[in-house]
Amino acid sequence: MVLSIAWLALRSAAAASLPEHRITNIFDPLATPAESEKNIALLVFAITGVIFVGVAGLIGYTIWRFRQPTHEPHSEEPPQVYGSNQIEVAWTVVPILIVFVLIGVSARVIAAVENASPPQAALKVTVIGHQWWWEVLYPDYGIVTANEIHMPATNDHKNATYLQLQSADVIHSFWLPQLSGKTDLIPNRTNFMWIDPHQPGVYVGNCAEYCGTQHANMLLTVVGEDPKAFKQWTIEQQKRAIDDPQVSEGKAVFESLACVNCHNIAGLGKASSGSKFGPDLTHLMSRHTLGSGVIKNTPDNLRAWVNDPQVAKPGCLMPSMKLTPEELRKVVDYLETLR
Amino acid sequence: MSSIHSEIERPLVEEARFSFSSHLYEWVSTVDHKRLGLMYIVSALLFLVIAGIMATVIRLQLAFPNGHVVDPDTFNRLFTMHGTTMVFLVGMPFVAGLSNYLVPLMIGARDMAFPRLNAFGFWIFLFGGFLLYFSYIGGSGLSGAGSAPDVGWFAYAPLTSRAFSRGASTDYWILGILVSGIGSIASAINVIVTTISMRCPGMTLSRMPMFVWVMLIDSWLIIIALPPLSAAQIMLLVDRFVGGNFFNTQSGGSAVLWQHFFWIFGHPEVYILIFPAFAILSEVIPIFSRKPIFGRPAMVGAVASIGFISLGVWAHHMFAVGMTSWSNTFFTASTMLVGIPTGIKIFNWTATMYGGKLRMATPMLFCCAFLFQFLIAGLTGIMLATGPFDWQLHDSYFVVGHFHFTLVAGLVFGLFAGMYYWFPKVSGRMYNETLAKWHFWLFTIGVELTFVPMHFLGFLGMPRRIYTYAPDRGWDFWNLVATSGLLFQLPAILIFVWNIVHSAIKGEPAGDDPWDAWTLEWATTSPPPEYNFETTPEVHSSRPLWDLKNPNDPDWRFE
Repeated sequence: MVLSIAWLALRSAAAASLPEHRITNIFDPLATPAESEKNIALLVFAITGVIFVGVAGLIGYTIWRFRQPTHEPHSEEPPQVYGSNQIEVAWTVVPILIVFVLIGVSARVIAAVENASPPQAALKVTVIGHQWWWEVLYPDYGIVTANEIHMPATNDHKNATYLQLQSADVIHSFWLPQLSGKTDLIPNRTNFMWIDPHQPGVYVGNCAEYCGTQHANMLLTVVGEDPKAFKQWTIEQQKRAIDDPQVSEGKAVFESLACVNCHNIAGLGKASSGSKFGPDLTHLMSRHTLGSGVIKNTPDNLRAWVNDPQVAKPGCLMPSMKLTPEELRKVVDYLETLR
Repeated sequence: MSSIHSEIERPLVEEARFSFSSHLYEWVSTVDHKRLGLMYIVSALLFLVIAGIMATVIRLQLAFPNGHVVDPDTFNRLFTMHGTTMVFLVGMPFVAGLSNYLVPLMIGARDMAFPRLNAFGFWIFLFGGFLLYFSYIGGSGLSGAGSAPDVGWFAYAPLTSRAFSRGASTDYWILGILVSGIGSIASAINVIVTTISMRCPGMTLSRMPMFVWVMLIDSWLIIIALPPLSAAQIMLLVDRFVGGNFFNTQSGGSAVLWQHFFWIFGHPEVYILIFPAFAILSEVIPIFSRKPIFGRPAMVGAVASIGFISLGVWAHHMFAVGMTSWSNTFFTASTMLVGIPTGIKIFNWTATMYGGKLRMATPMLFCCAFLFQFLIAGLTGIMLATGPFDWQLHDSYFVVGHFHFTLVAGLVFGLFAGMYYWFPKVSGRMYNETLAKWHFWLFTIGVELTFVPMHFLGFLGMPRRIYTYAPDRGWDFWNLVATSGLLFQLPAILIFVWNIVHSAIKGEPAGDDPWDAWTLEWATTSPPPEYNFETTPEVHSSRPLWDLKNPNDPDWRFE
């Protein structure tokens, strides 16, 4: 028990040491895809900026130069000019040239980001969108987790993380603005993308495709770690759930109620349902947030969440189980051991 | 002669006393294009107010982080109904209303080609609108789930399938839009036939007013773009009621297929909506600059090519669905091509003003603001067209900022220009210029305050269609600024409504031709009689009234 508390303290200290990026400015990229998107954005800004200054200046000058004082009754009509073919050709050809530059540059970046194929050793992660949370699978490690995607931070494309994106219900979209632009998670279809967070840190993003009632609170977290810490994390995650006899009453409550119908805990024995309707809880306490980022994972929040998830996330698919205070205490005590 | 006339003269019937019911009967049973046009525009304005109130609630909810003005489901219904209403029940009837009122007057005809079809189109559109809004009462259906639609105006599959959208709300969305779409098609056919076959003697296509040209192309675009949506909606109905599996991913259907159908309609649709603004500007700017439109053939060609290119750009709404790099490149390229004819239009309007004598009355003020704001909307459009940049911007608040700059700072400014410009013709009275200028300045400030910050929110990673956000994401400041724009927009709209209503009753008589204009509608009385023109006019150039007013320097010498 003492050991586990010490471990918990250590773990939260480690998590706290990672800088958290909650201001998700796309012009502050921290991975290669977001960087190339920022670079092309700056080029487009430069071109459109010059166009804006030129054309707006022309319009502004024309208005300022040729406007008439309001009260002057205008007697004589100005010279009637009907057009000029030379001028029309000029302001058709120049935009065509600009457009071709932009198309060429775009094509290069699209191919570079989209056609990158995964190196042999790349980490592969499958992310499955659910209403309104993210299921995260590491097929090579046999890890099942939710809402937080751990991956090694790297400056080398060889170590980038390759994501397979799927959906269990409706369309969602995977967007971590500082790491990469978005790719949709579409049912009955698999999409791919890759990211390589350059520094260790916690990166926040949102589901970017409207997916129903709680679209707003379907937050997404990537934890970029140095490779050693990531290795350690995979070892912890591969373990079965801790079975602490001190909280066996809470475990019994969890097993006897409908909790198991949606949530899987590896190590529950026969009661381990394997269900994926709700997030896997085997290592619940290793995660930073509850409800896919809607509240921090603290003991108080956990109790409030289990008591009635509809308060923090109204409309979410987990109902209030109407637990008695005694049951609630026991279940939460049990859940808190699932590190 | 006179004896024959007296023989066939109608027997003198005692004039019925004015009563509400007789008045109502006259309006309900009318097939007069002007009355139908007015009814289209008045219903569009009513729906505009309703959808505007919805936008107000949306902005109040988002003004501060963790807002509690409405609950999540109500919020989702609000943005769905706001978008659906603005596109189908405000934008589309404005297209129909403007072309109905003005096209026959501008081409010297006495009515549209199919007056009864015209009336049918209006009433079926209105019925579709009511059907959509009846969902607030009937949407829960037998299963008691939901009220108004909450699937977004784009209604992406499979969120619309039975599994994820219980109750009847999605069915109301499908049927309401399907039915009002029939009205839009009817009106578009009518405009095309009218412009092709009912122009007055001398009005060749090359002499047809710019407004009529643009509305003609707009009507073609409606006829081409709407059927894919109707087809997809019928497929969705089949999915929902008789177990078709077009979009049902759980049975092997395709969610991406719906997106293709929807945007093959949806992208031309935004050009359908913006074209009336092009049409209005191409009339108002020449009159208030005292010069003919610069490069008329280029302007017509630009509109036609925008319409044509717009049919091949739809998948730029789908850069994030995982298309191949070739598809993404193709749609980046085709979308950027739209920038070329759009640039031609802005240059030609500016060239029309250059060297003119600009009269800065309210219609012209709205046109000038349109030019700046539409320029910005076009340039943010280039940013969105750049595929890799769009991976970041797609479905973010940047997109919300972009299309509100197009449709509010663009289309709505154009519509206000048009409404002030033709108000004296329609009502026979002049609006109050001081109030109109207050309207213009307040509305412009409000629009900038509301929609410019949305672009910054997109850069900061704020996605669309979220009902709330946490305070530590850095989105609170710009959201508050965006909401503060309401403090200017709302009074501006109140001033507009007051000005229009009050001036229509008590304004100064305007006379037939208060702007010293050049197209045929100003040749008849204000308001025009039911038959429009006593005798069919004959024209010799694209500016018939210029020829009359300047017999020494008529246009036909140069055309």
